[in-house]
Amino acid sequence: MTGTLTEAQQLAYANAQAADGRVNVDLETDEGMTLNMGPQHPATHGTLRVIAKLDGEQVVSADVMCGYMHRGYEKLCEVRSYPQINTLVNRIDWLGSFANEVPFILAAEQLMGVEAPPRAMWIRTLFFELSRIANLSLFIGDLALQLGAQTPAFYAFRDREFVLNQIESVTGGRFHPNFDRIGGLKDDLPKGWIADTKAAMSRLRAYCDEMEDLVYGNEIFQTRTRGIGIIPAGVAQSYGLSGANLRGSGVDWDLRRDANIGLAYDQLDWKVWTHPDGDSFSRSWVRLQEVREATKMVDQLCDGMPAGPIMAKVPRIIKVPEGEAYVVTENPLGQMGYYLVSKGDTGPFRVKIRTASFNNISVVPWVLRGVYVPDIIAILASLYFILGDIDK
Amino acid sequence: MGLVESGKMPKPLTKLLNLSRKYSVWAYQWGLACCAIEMGAAFASPRYDVMRLGVIPFPASPRQADLVVISGTVTDKIVPAIRRLYEQMPDPKYVISMGSCANCGGPYWDSYSVTKGVDQIIPVDVYVPGCPPRPEALLEGIVLLQERIQNEDMPTRWRGENRGEPIVVG
Ligand code: SF4
Repeated sequence: MTGTLTEAQQLAYANAQAADGRVNVDLETDEGMTLNMGPQHPATHGTLRVIAKLDGEQVVSADVMCGYMHRGYEKLCEVRSYPQINTLVNRIDWLGSFANEVPFILAAEQLMGVEAPPRAMWIRTLFFELSRIANLSLFIGDLALQLGAQTPAFYAFRDREFVLNQIESVTGGRFHPNFDRIGGLKDDLPKGWIADTKAAMSRLRAYCDEMEDLVYGNEIFQTRTRGIGIIPAGVAQSYGLSGANLRGSGVDWDLRRDANIGLAYDQLDWKVWTHPDGDSFSRSWVRLQEVREATKMVDQLCDGMPAGPIMAKVPRIIKVPEGEAYVVTENPLGQMGYYLVSKGDTGPFRVKIRTASFNNISVVPWVLRGVYVPDIIAILASLYFILGDIDK
Repeated sequence: MGLVESGKMPKPLTKLLNLSRKYSVWAYQWGLACCAIEMGAAFASPRYDVMRLGVIPFPASPRQADLVVISGTVTDKIVPAIRRLYEQMPDPKYVISMGSCANCGGPYWDSYSVTKGVDQIIPVDVYVPGCPPRPEALLEGIVLLQERIQNEDMPTRWRGENRGEPIVVG
């Protein structure tokens, strides 16, 4: 597995790439100076670069450079078969992986005219919410970490393990489950899993309470997030924000409730959380409430789980008939959709992936204008993006 | 440095120095994608707790680091930054490549934008396979690297010769 290039070739390659990716940044201009953040930062899992022009401590204009994590999903989907794509799309939003599979599978099912049995739909919803918890519970620790507090990150990693354990004991993967299939699911739930999950959920609720005290109730945290990075509802909508970023601006819009895609949400008793302020605090607060709401949903899903098969009748070799389908779901980060074009092959002809983070960070230049340098991190953290979700 | 470079270090002194290097590895986290979460779980979570192995995962800059963990997908666009980071690290330096992506391209082996293995750019000491590898696998990689540091001949390593065959975990 050692490299096949000579040292000189390696250097030439790296230099060519550097020249390719170089952006002309005037470090000192008449108006002020330029601050370059990224592409790598130890507190993030991914690479985003923000270039901000400063006037003293204030940002005059900011620009986002993305693409450092571009892995070419859409093109790869064209040369993979449907089961293979399932493995691939797992890795778009890597914190809540199962949620990435569901819209793709639903789109393929729509084209094939297959309907998964009710039990499969319930388990799908269950795992959808589990991945939401796995994703957003880490966000809370990550946010605190970026504001300079390290302890909450340890707590987040500690309690997230309980969710990962539950996912792992069914799917075999800690966070890349690859569990959804066209027509149903790979396996049924093992014995005793339901009771364990409920125990884990009460544990997670305790974590939410702890975080509400420790982080959200903290005066320093509030001063650093309240009234900072305000995105009014109109701006949020015009930039195509979704998920907690939109609900944090007071827009009551949640695809779990509003889109009728067959998941079991309409049979549950739950609530969409919004916050009218639109600042960093409200976005983060909405996410905390969503984790708590999701734990309650998981409890209900465990209680009301219907019996029956988990797999519908599908042919051995999956060929999707010609047609187009678009399915969107409310993923942990926001609206995620797959536009699937099939020509009747074992693989799709074209897949367009609409990811939440890409739209969510498009507002960054707008919202960073006029803020102070230390707030850049707070605002970026509260917008909450995952690099795989931005760059695809 | 003079004594180490001359190659005339007394054996017990080499042993002692190696022992102290082994248990004070400053690891720089170069988290790129999904694997970074597992690296985070290994480095920053109370369950796996890498510090008990004598690894300190929070150097402020690559210039203070002995070890860099490249975890995740290396794309062509990030390659120059990785190369630069590696060149900024002081010798002797070690590299762990974590996950299939960093090892060989992983699930994106035929993608147009992904570099097929970080070993094309920088020399790798330990490969940790998996997609993603469990945190335990990364810890195993670190333990194996520590063993290698313990038995190392310092002058040759200092001069950058004789890196030895890379270790593959598992
Ligand atoms: S090896 Fe797998 S888990 Fe790791 S970065 Fe690559 S795709 Fe993600």
